[in-house]
Amino acid sequence: MTNWKDNVKNMIYSGRIKVPYLWNAGMTGSRFLTGIRDRKEIWGNRCPGCGRVYVPPVKSCGECFVPTDEWVRVSDTGVLESFTIVHYSHDMQPRKAPLAYGLIRLDGADGALLHLIGDTDFKKLKVGMKVQAVFAKERTGTIADIKHFAPV
Amino acid sequence: MSKIAIVGVGQTTCTSSREDTFEEMVFEAATKALADAGAEVGDIDNVVTVSNDFWDGRTISSMAVQEAAGSWGKDVSTVEGDGTFGAFYGMMRILSGSFDTTLVVSHMKGSESIMNLITNAMFDPIYQRGLGIDATSAAALQARSYMAMSGATEEDFARVSVKNHGNARNNPYAQLPLKVSVRDVLASRKIAEPLKLLDCSPIGDGAAAIVLSNRKGLKRFKKDPVWIKGVAHCADAFNLGYRDLAKSRALKAAAKKAYKAAGIQKPLSDLDVAELYDAYSYMELMWYEGLGFAPEGKGYELIRSGATGMKGELPVNPSGGVLSSHPVLVAGMVRLVEATLQVRGEAGKRQVKGAKTALAHGINGPCGQAHCVFIVGA
Repeated sequence: MTNWKDNVKNMIYSGRIKVPYLWNAGMTGSRFLTGIRDRKEIWGNRCPGCGRVYVPPVKSCGECFVPTDEWVRVSDTGVLESFTIVHYSHDMQPRKAPLAYGLIRLDGADGALLHLIGDTDFKKLKVGMKVQAVFAKERTGTIADIKHFAPV
Repeated sequence: MSKIAIVGVGQTTCTSSREDTFEEMVFEAATKALADAGAEVGDIDNVVTVSNDFWDGRTISSMAVQEAAGSWGKDVSTVEGDGTFGAFYGMMRILSGSFDTTLVVSHMKGSESIMNLITNAMFDPIYQRGLGIDATSAAALQARSYMAMSGATEEDFARVSVKNHGNARNNPYAQLPLKVSVRDVLASRKIAEPLKLLDCSPIGDGAAAIVLSNRKGLKRFKKDPVWIKGVAHCADAFNLGYRDLAKSRALKAAAKKAYKAAGIQKPLSDLDVAELYDAYSYMELMWYEGLGFAPEGKGYELIRSGATGMKGELPVNPSGGVLSSHPVLVAGMVRLVEATLQVRGEAGKRQVKGAKTALAHGINGPCGQAHCVFIVGA
């Protein structure tokens, strides 16, 4: 018995989803981003419940479920808690592979900030090493105003 | 608990690219689950669909799948998350008292998009997305954190890959059955260090469905019920930096609740088989710890000793796990389907002999932000 599917070639349609969108950074996020843009300062905020300092700052603490309103300046240096060297390239990445990401616990902050790692031989990266923010020369108010973190 | 039973299960084969549309795949899974239950669509009181708009490339994808799910003229609701969460919600729909039976379906056509671009969009658009992070690079950060905490090595991760790809050779539904050695895994292409190609699951196409019933609804079905003995889920911080990436407190909390309901005291010996969501090899070791199979930081001992192999004390992922087939969202439901087949004794060549009590596990969110744990038994 013949199957009608044997005589049909599957059609595939290709497209892109491209929809303009605006993401509000909010007052808390905007203050954080303008601190980096205008003064090369990194600010977090402290939870009045557990005392934890969040960077990037949060509007409320997920642990204590209370608003966080006390601003705390943290250092632009910190400890590399984890890292990866990525060997593939895709459109969403800001630079070509190999590129490296790190989770950086800034001095004075709790928890870690995700960012790129650069200006170094990736082979020398180690958990626990000291790294410092390298600020972009031209800063526009995005997370890319920190160009990346580099070993000190 | 034993108030809600799984009376029918269905799954499609997982492949890197199916010509079927997602509607056809859902129809296949749903009709298989109904046939397995010895039921017809009229025996179903309400339907839950599991899908994600970004993966489907359309908005309100859940509504486009309804005719394939047999839901015309029925109460329908949708879950955007892993299939285990869909099953949990389907169970709650019955426990609410409004329905006696639920059909839960899930689908994924991972072949139609680029997973790195899709998963990049799950991260925070202000602070993280522009950095280009995605599911795999985030997982690599977690793998490194876990290595630093536990002392687990890349060889240990490779052992998980060897075990699960090998188990997949007994599973006709699996996408990537492989006979590989630890050396092969270690030598496979670097993806995001410390993860290599064979540490990463293949994102693909698949669908799965289950039929749930309370005691009253059982007379509509021919299949012996497999009871949900315990189930719980728990979430942690969304932002990777705000959570301890190396230790899954969300999984510990979910497991504790599910075990309490099911009367599980020593999971390694009380359970007969477990199906875990190992999207990346290292995750299986982390989940051993979260589920209490091993003390914190000691998950690697179980893979080194063979305790979680097919002949070990607690076989984990006899199906080959998510490492061998990863239709996102569907993969958790497949764990529940496999757990059900195991306690029925219907798991074919991957059957764990005499399995009476099985665990199924699903995750949602970056790096296992949320966990769902099911304990099922005859």
